[in-house]
Amino acid sequence: MTSLRRAALLAGKRPTAVGRGRLRVRLAANAALAVIGVCFVLPLAWLLLASVDPHAGYETRWPLSPSFANFAAVLTPGLLFQPLANSFLLSAGTAVVNLAAAVLAAYPLSRYQSRFNKPFLYAILFGTSLPVTAIMVPVYGLFVQLQLLDSMPATIFFMATTTLPMAIWMTKNFMDSVPLELEEAAWMDGASGLATLRRIVLPLMRQGLGVVFIFVFIQAWGNFFVPFILLLSNSKQPAAVSVFSFFGQHGAIAYGELAAFSILYSVPVLILYTVVARGSGSAFALSGAMKG
Amino acid sequence: MAVPDSLSRSSLRRRTPIQRTLRRRLRLLPVVPSIVLLGFFMLAPVAWSFYASFTNAALSGQAALNPQWVGLDNYARMLTDSVFPLSAWLTMVFVIASAILGQNALGLGIALLMTRSGGATASLVGTVVVASWILPEIVAAFAAYAYFSQDGTLNQLLGLFGVQGTNWLYAFPMAAVVLANVWRGTAFSMLVYRAALSQVPRDISEAALMDGARGWQRLAFITLPIIRGSIATNLMLITLQTLAVFTLIWVMTGGGPSNASTTLPVLAYQEAFKLGDIGYGTAIASVLILIGMVFGAVYVRLIRGAKP
Repeated sequence: MTSLRRAALLAGKRPTAVGRGRLRVRLAANAALAVIGVCFVLPLAWLLLASVDPHAGYETRWPLSPSFANFAAVLTPGLLFQPLANSFLLSAGTAVVNLAAAVLAAYPLSRYQSRFNKPFLYAILFGTSLPVTAIMVPVYGLFVQLQLLDSMPATIFFMATTTLPMAIWMTKNFMDSVPLELEEAAWMDGASGLATLRRIVLPLMRQGLGVVFIFVFIQAWGNFFVPFILLLSNSKQPAAVSVFSFFGQHGAIAYGELAAFSILYSVPVLILYTVVARGSGSAFALSGAMKG
Repeated sequence: MAVPDSLSRSSLRRRTPIQRTLRRRLRLLPVVPSIVLLGFFMLAPVAWSFYASFTNAALSGQAALNPQWVGLDNYARMLTDSVFPLSAWLTMVFVIASAILGQNALGLGIALLMTRSGGATASLVGTVVVASWILPEIVAAFAAYAYFSQDGTLNQLLGLFGVQGTNWLYAFPMAAVVLANVWRGTAFSMLVYRAALSQVPRDISEAALMDGARGWQRLAFITLPIIRGSIATNLMLITLQTLAVFTLIWVMTGGGPSNASTTLPVLAYQEAFKLGDIGYGTAIASVLILIGMVFGAVYVRLIRGAKP
């Protein structure tokens, strides 16, 4: 309590009753938040400490001889670069397919009134609620029948479809906020719908497109279950799946290398998220769902 | 949203009604790629799931080449099977404890605390909470596994207070995965509620303060009713997300020990891929899809209702 009083004294020489109450609330809120923050950061402590500890286990401890040996050990083509390249191919491919389909779909939905629009948008919203893990069993069955298993393009198209409903909603919302006047002028000059889309609408909403792209990319990058089921050969596996190579055949786990690999694999999405959160407010991922 | 009347009229002036309808239809052409993708990769698997759930389709053997129609056998098996009712119950526990109670209440709590605390603490804690959400799922699962394991951080902390820990993943698998999912998923609710609370008009709350309303009274009678739309939407979305959680549970406990943490997605995976029974696996998947559809229908109604 002494620290409370000291803080109150610092805040004003003569704290009034209301001011003191406010300050106490503020300090209590800060303390509660700090406790929550520590609870949230604790599970990550192991990851960070083990990555610089060559003799790491599941214990969280200060490394006796901290070094970057674990990072050096995983920096090989087989362990890191190939899986990350696969992850990139998978995520970028998914995001490109997603964005192309979503932009094309969003344009008529945003620009022309039609009886088709509302039912379609609500059907798509309904599609966002399908549990993706539940459709993996039938998707596997479908892929077996069509001999699409272990196909990178088919996996990309499937992953793009799972995030497509959300991407269409977000893209349409962003497109709705581009004013019509410029387009009308272009239409008057005889430009077609798709030409105005490419020359006028898309450049004006490129920030929104970036948000959708990154949103889809992050989801695909972190996806474990889909490539785990649909891709078979090691050479095609993304980092999310190849990480299991650190679990040896006989239960021996390279903890330190696992932690170092996990960090290197996580850094790209942390950076991408920061980019988007800076640009458009941290609630970016919700804009599609919440605006409605 | 729409093309102004004058414009569409001028461009359509000298056309016959058929041409006009055709033209209007052609405008929807760009939607076709999305419809093809959704039809092929979403609708078809769902339809196939319902179909296969009435067969004895398998990964290998005779039934793999030539699945037979078995009627409602797979669904009847759910009722007699000892694992399915347990799994349905565990799924409910997982959703209610980790999403509806855990993520929702904690997310709202953090958002409320943030409105009352200093900017630096709020943004630092916000970053930490979001970090566990934005991490790849498999990394979060490893971190949670390490945290709850015998030598893990939790037991080390308990050791500081002289408490002898246990291997939480074996002793209390559900509690461990529930807490892990709260840790991983709370950021979403926090972001939803931060956005919602920032829309609450300041003067209403301050007027109530002047009238002598206490903190919890303002929360219960003013703030919560104002953001009830966001609460409903958030509950729907986190329920659907939590219903589909697989990786976290699969890495932490593998559904074990002896099915003590086998939720429906894990069970569907085990039956279909581990035991090769695609028929029974798709039946379980179909049940999950149906549950998702019910929640999805409610969600669509909510959004439609919110829009004038």
